[in-house]
Amino acid sequence: MIPLLSLLVFLPLLAAAVLLAPVGDRAARWAFVGVTAVELVLSLGLWAAYATPAPGSLAFEEQAPWVPRLGISYHLGVDGLSLPLLVMTALVFAACAVFVLREQQRPRLQAALFLALETTCLGLFASADLVLFFVFFDLSIVGMYLAIHGWGHGDRRRAALLFFLYTFLGSLALLLGFVGLYLTSDPHTFDMVALAADPPLQGSGLTGGLVLAAILLGLAVKTPTVPFHTWLPPAHTNASAIGSVVLAAVLLKMGTYGFVRIGMPMLPEAWRAWAWTLVAVGLASIVWGALVALAQTDLKRMIAYTSVNHMGYVVLAVGAAGLAAGPDAAEARSTAVSGAVTQMVSHGLLTGALFLLAGIVWTRHETYDLGAYGGLAGRAPAFATLLVIGAFGSLGLPGLSGFAAELQIFVGSIELAPVAAVGLVGILLMTAVMLRAVQQMLTGPPGPLAEGFDDVRLHEWAPIAVLLTLSVVLGLAPQLLLDVVGPAADAVAGMVAR
Amino acid sequence: MARDTVTLLPEAILVAGAVGCLLLGSFTPRLQQGRVRLAAALVALTAGIVSGVALLGDSTSAFSGTFVADGLTGVLRLTVCLGLLVLLGLAREVRGHPRESEVAVLMLFGAAGVMLMGGVQDTAVLLVAFFLASIPLYGLVGLSSDARAPEAAVKTYLVGALCGIFMMLGAAVLLGLVGDTAYASLARLADTERAPAAAAVGGVALLLTGLLFKAGAVPAHLWVPDATQGSWVTTAAFLTTLPKLGAIAAVARLVMALPDQHRWPLLVAVIAAATMTVGNLAALGQSDVRRLLAWSTVSQAGYLLAAAAAVRSPALGEGLGVATVTVFLAAYAVTNLGAFAVVAALPRLRDVDDWRGAARAHPLLVAALVVSLLGLVGTPPTAIFVAKLAVLSTTWGAGLQWLAVLVAANTVLSLAYYLRWVGACLRSRDDDGGMPGRLPVETRLAAGCAAAAVLLGVAAGPLLASVR
Repeated sequence: MIPLLSLLVFLPLLAAAVLLAPVGDRAARWAFVGVTAVELVLSLGLWAAYATPAPGSLAFEEQAPWVPRLGISYHLGVDGLSLPLLVMTALVFAACAVFVLREQQRPRLQAALFLALETTCLGLFASADLVLFFVFFDLSIVGMYLAIHGWGHGDRRRAALLFFLYTFLGSLALLLGFVGLYLTSDPHTFDMVALAADPPLQGSGLTGGLVLAAILLGLAVKTPTVPFHTWLPPAHTNASAIGSVVLAAVLLKMGTYGFVRIGMPMLPEAWRAWAWTLVAVGLASIVWGALVALAQTDLKRMIAYTSVNHMGYVVLAVGAAGLAAGPDAAEARSTAVSGAVTQMVSHGLLTGALFLLAGIVWTRHETYDLGAYGGLAGRAPAFATLLVIGAFGSLGLPGLSGFAAELQIFVGSIELAPVAAVGLVGILLMTAVMLRAVQQMLTGPPGPLAEGFDDVRLHEWAPIAVLLTLSVVLGLAPQLLLDVVGPAADAVAGMVAR
Repeated sequence: MARDTVTLLPEAILVAGAVGCLLLGSFTPRLQQGRVRLAAALVALTAGIVSGVALLGDSTSAFSGTFVADGLTGVLRLTVCLGLLVLLGLAREVRGHPRESEVAVLMLFGAAGVMLMGGVQDTAVLLVAFFLASIPLYGLVGLSSDARAPEAAVKTYLVGALCGIFMMLGAAVLLGLVGDTAYASLARLADTERAPAAAAVGGVALLLTGLLFKAGAVPAHLWVPDATQGSWVTTAAFLTTLPKLGAIAAVARLVMALPDQHRWPLLVAVIAAATMTVGNLAALGQSDVRRLLAWSTVSQAGYLLAAAAAVRSPALGEGLGVATVTVFLAAYAVTNLGAFAVVAALPRLRDVDDWRGAARAHPLLVAALVVSLLGLVGTPPTAIFVAKLAVLSTTWGAGLQWLAVLVAANTVLSLAYYLRWVGACLRSRDDDGGMPGRLPVETRLAAGCAAAAVLLGVAAGPLLASVR
């Protein structure tokens, strides 16, 4: 039996190690594309071979003792929550690899770094042990720090430091929470499957609340939600195009994935106690993210704030799912959770595409100033088309994946808590944000920098087109995703009501 | 008697080897004293092999139970011997110095004291170990050719002498209270008729003072930055690594021996909290990399003390506390030596800003530095991560949740100054020709330590399981 998941997770790391040897730039760029393509094929193979595992178990499971004295094991496995994210991650990295085929700035090291980063991202989504999860969580921070510091622009050093300090603070809060779970479980274990099967802090009142608070703090910083989002805009603005893509499309999901993977199944009672706070934080993120995005004049900062808004929908959904524990609300809870997972995938595709488009803007004139461009629709029609599709997807237009996600989120959440309807304001605001940006950049008289704005080239548009196409496919046929996510969402909806 | 001697064989080898090296040194021409270092390395290697073999056997005790050779002692001995090998490699910087052979000899003596300290179960023997470990230290600091060395040596000596006196006083008070010097009799402190609380607390606190000096912990930490900055890198690496190992092991054994009254772990926990916080806050403002590392070792002493405070963590089964201390000691030694080896490879770069452009000029060395510094932070998968995770578990399990939170908070704080150094290495240099060449042997040692730090982290399971 081949350990498929281990192969999927560690192949990029192996390739990264090889790329540390001095090979040519050209070979390095193509190796990056090749390895990420293999990863994509592997993950799609897993998708094809995937059958929903029995409750309380995982598919493609691998387990080996690691530090038995502390109840830590090397435990990998996937289910309907993690598999879509694995495939999305592999796709995003492959898109990034193609996008930087013309990279001039230390392409070999960049390829090595991003391949190593791919290992941490895939590893996190495949982990079934809290310590393993944490190892990948922390290493992703180190990798992203180096990516911003080494390949960013502008005030990249400050942004990288802020990112590292802020998310590292979050990660340690998370670790404390994990230790709390470990110490209260019997027998002591860090195993996610065991902890979800027998949640340790049921009926403990304050202790459970505090442990969950630590975990929520760690995840909220990473997600990020209001008020812990202040590291995000500088990190995005100063990161390179693919740094931003990986940060937004994959790293942010680590936070939201933690909610559904750790918070809800392992601390259900505490989760219900914190549910209203989560709903409030979700709504605040939705409205605040959209409002601030509306005020931005910098394209990348604007997209960064839309991420805060989009992640707000996820937090709203998982919070609302903790509001009603009755069996009659099971379907609404499940709908909300499955909407949250769909939103994670959808945001990965759409924001990935948008940040790649922002990267194109930067390569043309080294500024993200919305006002400096204008009338690009005539000068760069292909670019304009992609931007319009991405923007429409981001605002939740029916027919794209964002709509499928937000529909489920609101249908589920409003049934559980009518106040969730306030979040619809966010969609309205997002429409304004996106239309304003599209208008400023694409229509009207050509701006001062529209001159010399070449249209997209093959290695630029192809990855964006793939991401957007998939978003359209999931928007038109959401069942493709829901067949996998549905059973897992039902399970989480059942577990949080315990 | 013969069996007792066998139990103490590694220490005996180091002491006898030190005497031999001293004699060899006096008959060796000044320019060929490298031989003495080689001989010392052979002594350390032999002692290391003997320790390794002893570790495979069962726990034994020697000389009426005043010294115990268990898992903690065994791993400590092995770590000290391997550390000595690294340090003797770094000591190439002393080549040609008139006191070259004495440096090696003093390191052997000091290491023997450290190893003895780690297995002591008797207050009187603890004093012997303390002096055996301390007196070579004063010499090592004073020998350095740096202009700041005399001041550093005097400071170290004064603090050390004062703490030694306190320690003897503490031992005397405890002897008076319980009527014996064996740790086993410390249980009698529980009898408040016989041992008034104030006297018991005072005695233990005084005894601890000496150990805190060796560990470089608050309040006896003031010598650490000066001695680290003002002496050879080798000396600095020695005095911030090895003595801590013995001292922390001794504190852990003391905590285990004391009765449950008076909440002794709390006393150690408070010292741990103060040490880690003071070390980190002071390190934040440093611009000299050696001073920065010195304060970082103070903060590490705090984490180590936290492990010692929670050595009796009843919630997690017998022995996990000791295993945690053991793993942390080994993890700390290898990681800290790695960081100092990097400094030794580029000894002329004193200021953090001098390190600009190092990543481009010396990628391997900077990679070792990044692994060592992130290792000191406790980033997975390095050894200190596993150790810190275990410390968080044992402190929490021992009812010291606040200490666990403080360990986490301090870890974030420490990231700020480690990252400042890493960030400097990654920046580009204004003048291209200014970066000096790296020293090859030191670079290899640094890379080896960094690799060992990662390996020890990945393979911490068996080590943690081996100590009961």
